[in-house]
Amino acid sequence: MIVPRLQFFSHLRLLKGAGFLFAAALASATFTTVAAAESKPEPIKIGVYASLTGKEAVWGQSAEKATRLAVDDVNTAGGVLGRPLLAIIEDNQSKPGESVTAVRKLISRDKVVAILGEASSGRSLEAAPICQQARIPMISGGSNPKVTQVGNFIFRTHFIDPFQGTVMSRFAREKLGAKRLALLTEVTNAYAVGLAKYFSADAAAHQTPIVIEQKYSAGERDFKAQLTAIKAANVDAIFVPGYYTEAGLIVAQARELGLNLPVLGGDGWEGPQLLAIGGPALRDTYYCNNFSSESDVPETRRFIARYQARFQSMPGGTAADAYDAVLMLTDAIKRAGSTEPEKIRGALATTRGLRGVGGPLNVDANRDQLKPAYILGYNSGDYHLVQVIQP
Amino acid sequence: MSEFLQQLLNGLSLGAIYALIALGYTMVYGVLRFINFAHSDVFMVGAFIGYYLGKLVPEGTLWGGMLVLSGAMIGCALLGMFIERVVYRPLRHGPTLNVLITAIGVSLLLEYTGQIVFGAAPRTFPQIFPTANYHVGSLTISSNQLFVIGVAILLMIALQLIVFKTKIGTAMRAVSLNPKAAQLVGVNNNVVISFTFGLGSALAAAGGILYAMNYPSIDPLMGVMPGLKAFVAAILGGIGNIPGAALGGLLLGTVETFIGGSQFSTYKDAIAFAILIVILLFKPAGLLGKFTIEKV
Repeated sequence: MIVPRLQFFSHLRLLKGAGFLFAAALASATFTTVAAAESKPEPIKIGVYASLTGKEAVWGQSAEKATRLAVDDVNTAGGVLGRPLLAIIEDNQSKPGESVTAVRKLISRDKVVAILGEASSGRSLEAAPICQQARIPMISGGSNPKVTQVGNFIFRTHFIDPFQGTVMSRFAREKLGAKRLALLTEVTNAYAVGLAKYFSADAAAHQTPIVIEQKYSAGERDFKAQLTAIKAANVDAIFVPGYYTEAGLIVAQARELGLNLPVLGGDGWEGPQLLAIGGPALRDTYYCNNFSSESDVPETRRFIARYQARFQSMPGGTAADAYDAVLMLTDAIKRAGSTEPEKIRGALATTRGLRGVGGPLNVDANRDQLKPAYILGYNSGDYHLVQVIQP
Repeated sequence: MSEFLQQLLNGLSLGAIYALIALGYTMVYGVLRFINFAHSDVFMVGAFIGYYLGKLVPEGTLWGGMLVLSGAMIGCALLGMFIERVVYRPLRHGPTLNVLITAIGVSLLLEYTGQIVFGAAPRTFPQIFPTANYHVGSLTISSNQLFVIGVAILLMIALQLIVFKTKIGTAMRAVSLNPKAAQLVGVNNNVVISFTFGLGSALAAAGGILYAMNYPSIDPLMGVMPGLKAFVAAILGGIGNIPGAALGGLLLGTVETFIGGSQFSTYKDAIAFAILIVILLFKPAGLLGKFTIEKV
């Protein structure tokens, strides 16, 4: 079951006034009566915060769809502990600060037993301390190692950036034969800064130094200044740890300046905007992801087929993470035999060998995951699987 | 050397867009003595009109592109005149501060209406004009950059001609000098002010299209940063002064690009704005502005 209020909720948020509060109160009032009339056992409430609108709306929307799919799957199979799952989804508008409000509301008003979200490490890092303080388990889809370091209630479904950075540095060295590398980092993004650090560390350790590092801030659109400086530094490849909206513009502007080098990125590159903005300029670009639509893992294939049948679109890495988060949580509630947050936390920490749609789920001592990385390369209009790297 | 020339070119094409937006700020200030903060959102609306019109014409043709450009300019001119008529005119005889606050309100209204109508997610702007890259030595010049600079220069010349060689231009200058006296000699202030808003908004729309062509990702909040920069450019050049706005825009774009390409790239806005402060300390009226003492 999903509360239908989430869509107009996001619009109402824009008004941000008393009207919003009133509407929210009205919506929760309506929902309580409907739920009570519908089913006898009280649903288990889980809170989800995602970027349903704004800059990274693509991630939030596909995560929302996958969550809906996962929750329906659990409920069709009879629910958990004989009770149905109920996901309450909040929008953070891809903005800093909004996740905190959303998560506080989910915990204090909706009394959810766990929080799921989100793909962005920066926004996960905002929400994590709230969950830790309230002692509510949270499962993030972020890749920055700091997310789970916030505390023992914070888990993740994604691999971490030290792994991703190493994978891409090795790929540049071994597959592309790059000797001199350039870095173009989004400095206002915890994810990008972290990934740049791990990439540089591995590159420096293997005598393929970063000869030039240029920076940009979120929302910038002109990268020609930085790219012209990179061009003058005479490098073999550029690593751009950042998000897909900027990545598309960066590659397009690099090609416009005659900078026809391989450009590499991390999992933040995933999004249809990249292809729409970059187009054919994306030739000779590669990025690392936690998911590939061409993977031959049976769970992944089945997930893709069902997601496509229901939503008529291709799921991405954030969808797989969102689905797996529900899977991990359901598994933990079942093993805990309780919906008490403390007990769910204990069970989450001992998740082993769960077969997720984006790869095996094993929670390690740091509450992180070891999962395969997929390197995707652009070829004739789309990204295709180039290499799978096991942890 | 080639890096220097390349950065100069990058800076000029960015600055040309700032200049186009700055002209709108400066013209409205010239006749009404207030800052139209909604101007940067008219710029955004221009890009979105271009986005929708761009779907109706074949991509990458000169006539299609010109059609989109003129369509957006007309659309925004109407929007600018509408905003002036409905929102600013009733407040014209109140304190300037009221209009200023209202302008901020209109700006937010456009931004958030945009989020509902267009959606908050960024959209990809179509390639409406044919594109090519030219290589001169080690310099790479894209047709987009040339186009931006070319269109900006043409529009500024056209504007200069309108203001100094036509009847309505003379009326604009008269209203700017003294609205009451202009009225006494038979100038219809309402028409002149309406025209000023239309003209400024059309230039903002052109800026929006050029910006979206160069950076083809548009969203309802896209006007905020370029708008702020253009506002600064207008002040830098001397607010109320048309060549000053153009100069300020080009200067700001170039400085920003040179810093962006250095190791201080993260501080580029801070340094650009620090330069502004320094210039204003020595020339309080801006580079080309005339400092006049308010007579009591």
